[in-house]
Amino acid sequence: MRRYVARRVAALAATLLFVSALVFVVVRVLPGDPAAIIMGTEGSPEALARLRESMGLNQPLTVQYAQWVGGALRGDLGRSIQYDVPVGGLIVSRLPVTLPLALLAALFMVAAALPLGIYAATHHRRGGDYLAMIVSQVGISVPQFWSGLLLILLFSVHLGWVSSGGFEGWSSGLAPALRSLLLPAIALGLFQAAVLVRATRSAVLDVLREDYVRTARAKGLSERRVINVHTFRNALIPVVTVAGIQLGQLMAGAIVLESVFALPGLGRLALGAISARDLPVVQGVTLFVASSIVLINFAVDLAYGMLDPRIRYE
Amino acid sequence: MARRRPLRHLTFTLGLAITAALVVVAALSLLYTPADPLAMSVADRLQPPGGGHPFGTDQFGRDILSRVMTGAVTSIAVGLIAVGLGAGLGVLLGLLSGYAGGWLDETLMRLVDAVQGFPAILSALLFTAVFSPGMVVSMVAIGVAFVPAFARLARGSVLELREREFVVAAQALGGGDGRVLLRHILPNSLPPLIVQATTSFPVAVLAEAALAYLGLGTQPPYPSWGLMLKEAQNFLSLNPWFAVFPGGAIALTVLGLNLLGDGLRDLLDPKTA
Repeated sequence: MRRYVARRVAALAATLLFVSALVFVVVRVLPGDPAAIIMGTEGSPEALARLRESMGLNQPLTVQYAQWVGGALRGDLGRSIQYDVPVGGLIVSRLPVTLPLALLAALFMVAAALPLGIYAATHHRRGGDYLAMIVSQVGISVPQFWSGLLLILLFSVHLGWVSSGGFEGWSSGLAPALRSLLLPAIALGLFQAAVLVRATRSAVLDVLREDYVRTARAKGLSERRVINVHTFRNALIPVVTVAGIQLGQLMAGAIVLESVFALPGLGRLALGAISARDLPVVQGVTLFVASSIVLINFAVDLAYGMLDPRIRYE
Repeated sequence: MARRRPLRHLTFTLGLAITAALVVVAALSLLYTPADPLAMSVADRLQPPGGGHPFGTDQFGRDILSRVMTGAVTSIAVGLIAVGLGAGLGVLLGLLSGYAGGWLDETLMRLVDAVQGFPAILSALLFTAVFSPGMVVSMVAIGVAFVPAFARLARGSVLELREREFVVAAQALGGGDGRVLLRHILPNSLPPLIVQATTSFPVAVLAEAALAYLGLGTQPPYPSWGLMLKEAQNFLSLNPWFAVFPGGAIALTVLGLNLLGDGLRDLLDPKTA
């Protein structure tokens, strides 16, 4: 196991280096002169030269990259041009919205998908299975931001139960904060739950066909025990993989849902930075989110290796 | 085993029918729409469905049915190009990686892992910061997000086929690396790649809509379903239909393409059926 972990950590380091290089190439290399983008048409040549100097753009690209990555490793992602504060601090200040939103959506996804997937598999080719499959097929087809709009239409416009968006912050209390995150989390988790239902169903179906399940039934165990003890645990391996990959997707999906529900999270920070041509913020947020997704995938890989010893020896 | 007839497969047939309807609507919209999708009429703004406007009108009095029809062209165009781009780049990387092996394989796979950290929305954010938002940014961002899946599939196929007799025979007969890869390995890796392309298409349609909704993709006044939903959000209480039709069009399209992909997978890859 130790060798497997060491190999995965080395691969992770290389992957993160590529992530940083990709962000750097798009923001600093492809546009030619990032300072000209930030200044737009209104900057004088002197102001442009000053900005270039302060951003270190006069140095060779390799030096710029090394300085930027070195700073990022110490938590220094540069300064926001729009707010004149460190980008790292801005990102941290938006996490209390994006992270709980993604986690709440993940909770909803797992709570809805696992029981439905197991139910569908244990009622294979019966009414309940077909119904679960139709529901998940529809769930996969509905865009998250449209479900968000429909939820606003129903619960805010028609029923008036919740506000259509905004976030008062955690300081106003747990209940109001959770209430603002509830609808976006459902809209975000619904799509992912639909994907996970299908994965759970097919994983449980695969295990149900195994000899040891037949043996368990033959020796007279109750169906509940066969499912809970012998089937579900073994079906978990592929389910954990899919659910883990979806956690990364939830981070990206949160960006869209923050816009639908006017939540001040990372996505809105990045979108605002684009309109303000605040390149350091865009660069910082994309590096942060992409690295988080890579780290989540790494954790899934490790979990996979722990759950299934065969993987470690590949 | 007897070959299954595609049209007797319910999922495939239903998916094919919905997708065919989408293509017909898109093609028709190039020749005919009930009204000019860009023509504004202040007197007719935010009309509910009925009369001269079966789907109602938007905040500028534009006919929603005509805009939904034209939006289908945007979805198909962005979807096709994005999937083509992702498949082209991904297959190239995967073939190269699997065939070369060694450090090149290791390096390319780490690059693919890194690209996996950039879902379409994140790439689009990054590209839009330095280039103008628009359909091209959508296509590239979505295409890039597809690269890892195609690369892994193609690499897996190469690893599986590399040692097979017909490949070894082709090499023994003096076939160069390029010829062996393109003439012998690639054609035999096609079925899973075709399934992947079909299942990627609905993902591209969803991503295009999301990017347009965020203002990172297709720009006004050109109709895109995502863009229409963004505009509709401000008028939810005045005219909810405005949000229902473009959203329904996305959902129906994605449903059709998903069914088609599932059906195709069942037919082409009996192992997963």
